[in-house]
Amino acid sequence: MAEATANGDIAPDEHRSASGQLLAADGTPLKKSIRRSEARARLRAFLLVAPLLIFVLLSFIAPIADMLFRSVENEIVADTLPRTVEALDAWDPQTGPPPEPVYRAFYDDMLEATELKIHTRLGSRLNYEESGMSSLFRKTNERRLERFDLDQPLQPQFVDLDKDWGEVEPWAVIKTFAPRYTWGYFLQAADMRLTPGGVEMAPEFEQIYLKLFWRTILLSCTITLSCLLLGYPVAWLLSNLPARSANLLMILVLLPFWTSLLVRTSAWKVLLQEQGVINDILVYIGIVSDAGRLVMINNQTGTIIAMTHILLPFMVLPLYSVMKTIPPSYLRAAKSLGATDWTAFWRVYFPQSVPGIGAGAILVFILAIGYYITPELVGGTDGTFISNRIAFHISTSLNWGLAAALGSLLLILVLGLYWLYDRIVGIDNVKLG
Amino acid sequence: MNASNDAFVEFDRVQKSYDGETLVVKDLNLGIGKGEFLTMLGPSGSGKTTCLMMLAGFETATHGDIRLDGRPINSVPPHKRGIGMVFQNYALFPHMTVAENLAFPLQVRKMGKDEIETRVKRALDMVQMGDFGGRRPAQLSGGQQQRVAVARALVFDPELVLMDEPLGALDKQLREQMQFEIKHIHEQLGVTVVYVTHDQSEALTMSDRIAVFNDGRIQQLAPPPDLYERPENSFVAQFIGENNTLDATIAERDGEFVKVEFVDGSTGQALAVNCGGPGEKTRLSLRPERVTFAQPGEWGVAGKVKELIYLGDHIRVRMQVLGNNDFVVKVPNASRHATLSVGETASLSWVAEDCRALDAA
Ligand SMILES: Nc1ncnc2c1ncn2[C@@H]1O[C@H](COP(=O)(O)OP(=O)(O)O)[C@@H](O)[C@H]1O
Ligand SMILES: [Mg+2]
Repeated sequence: MAEATANGDIAPDEHRSASGQLLAADGTPLKKSIRRSEARARLRAFLLVAPLLIFVLLSFIAPIADMLFRSVENEIVADTLPRTVEALDAWDPQTGPPPEPVYRAFYDDMLEATELKIHTRLGSRLNYEESGMSSLFRKTNERRLERFDLDQPLQPQFVDLDKDWGEVEPWAVIKTFAPRYTWGYFLQAADMRLTPGGVEMAPEFEQIYLKLFWRTILLSCTITLSCLLLGYPVAWLLSNLPARSANLLMILVLLPFWTSLLVRTSAWKVLLQEQGVINDILVYIGIVSDAGRLVMINNQTGTIIAMTHILLPFMVLPLYSVMKTIPPSYLRAAKSLGATDWTAFWRVYFPQSVPGIGAGAILVFILAIGYYITPELVGGTDGTFISNRIAFHISTSLNWGLAAALGSLLLILVLGLYWLYDRIVGIDNVKLG
Repeated sequence: MNASNDAFVEFDRVQKSYDGETLVVKDLNLGIGKGEFLTMLGPSGSGKTTCLMMLAGFETATHGDIRLDGRPINSVPPHKRGIGMVFQNYALFPHMTVAENLAFPLQVRKMGKDEIETRVKRALDMVQMGDFGGRRPAQLSGGQQQRVAVARALVFDPELVLMDEPLGALDKQLREQMQFEIKHIHEQLGVTVVYVTHDQSEALTMSDRIAVFNDGRIQQLAPPPDLYERPENSFVAQFIGENNTLDATIAERDGEFVKVEFVDGSTGQALAVNCGGPGEKTRLSLRPERVTFAQPGEWGVAGKVKELIYLGDHIRVRMQVLGNNDFVVKVPNASRHATLSVGETASLSWVAEDCRALDAA
């Protein structure tokens, strides 16, 4: 064998096809067999992530897609009143109430709808846009419609049923919301509304969402900031303690994770209420008078205090993991070069802890901006977040379209802030460990 | 050198304990002259870094005084001591450029912008890094970072610079080059340097004096040739350079010399350096290059050749001599020794002055 290798350039255990391609032991071209074995590895990798992938698709991507869809979807009008929508197409609200053919078409549509008992649903939908629509549709029921004399003009009979059917308004609303897709929910979520005359601001007393968005951002920023102010020294201490005491302190930091969110929030209620522990102590010491007990719960203060406590670990952990990697020799070097303790911290240590601040701040802010349960329990009326309003529309008012639009706006807001953060701080400047 | 009067840096009966149970530094007395290059040499864990940190102000002495230029500095905070420092991992600030790193000590001293610029440039030129001012430390090689660290420790003209194993992370060739450059800078600036290393050849090539540390004490403080030629105890003899040891008992004293009795009952002569009186144990120290093969009829001890290593200009011969299996003899590669072979017995001899009787340790 040694001789063969020495004489020819083909080793005896190496196979080649006629075209000079290298062959594997079973005779297939080597490249193909490599591809095949890699495909198997890829398939195995895919199968390993498949359960999670499916789970994420079903439970995360699909609901978000559904939410985005619901926020613009508006098929109910066109589906329930197809003939009416068509007849209204040529009608101009400026010219007064619609002509007789519209009433005819409407009669036919309603006859079918009332039979299927879906006319009240349409009423509820249109009631989001114009109050009164719900009762108007409920009134226009099967029993009343059956009494109509079809040989006479229908308009007077509708006016007779309810005089609103003789006005321009209900018809204008139907016409405005006839398209299968609408920006109406989004406009509503931004305190605007779609009227037959175009987009306009909602009346002052109805404006609530912009204020809520603004408050959500403001409170989330405050919470993030107070987490940073409280968490930074703790993380610093943690990263400079010997391992044993650091572990003990770390357990204390993580302790909030071990108790239920509800228990923690309720504990804050006990502590902060007017007859609560903190007020009692303050009164006992004499810092506040019995009449001047502090109001710290069911308002913004309550929300800020309770949520800072709950989200603090999310600030401390990334800070700690970044600070742990900053060698103490940097501070020593700075001091040996003549810097005071403060200068050494501010010019040498702090800049290197910025990635931890970035990671912690993003984490806390994004968790805070979508928080629901704590503001619900301790926020009162002026300490609630936009998510509380979303929950209200999902479970109480059943206006899912508006809830979806609010949710989508929140998503866009978070992505926008994320983009801003990337521009200012740089997302590669974030380190989670 | 009279340490207590004209020393620039002075450790006076300094002790240090971290845990209150063991002393990491035990009764340290050391005077360092102005402009001197003093190296603290010793095995890892012998307390060198601790001494340096006490001098820099990052650790406090448990007992004793440290004086700088005659003034006690125990209560002076680190940033007011004006001591330059080069750390083992360089500790260059990663978020600043090289120039900003160098400007930092000048900025905290509130120097003018123009002066900072000229000083930074001068310092960078001194270490041949003039073109690298705009780079981040991460964009530099280990050797370049080392130069920048040296420049930063010197840019504010400190009178004293401390270096803690500054070349430990470099490869051998670069290390030798940097040794030369640091030495050169020291001579050029006349700055006092306290240098810490565990590498004896580094200490021997660079230092004016070397303080050999072991177990929290200075074992010997001497210029490099003295340390090699005249070690005062077994630890130093063993730690610096190559060394052969032979255990023996002192038979009688004879002026500067002692007569010793080896384990096999034979006797020899040694220089009395650090040994007790008759009847006490001693350990003899002999440099391999000072051992020769005895001429016929001369005094000698029998040794058996265990191994021969050919090294070109000389041959290393490992022998078994008086119970020591690792007795090394360096034989110049001359024709008359070519006959040596493994298993052969030969008679070894040396001059009594080269055989130092030290503590039995
Ligand atoms: N911060 C510290 N806390 C407790 N023990 C320490 C500390 N620093 C050093 N030591 C101990 O002191 C001894 C000397 O350490 P060091 O001065 O770093 O030695 P060297 O620099 O000579 O290797 C070692 O045993 C080490 O474990
Ligand atoms: Mg050390």
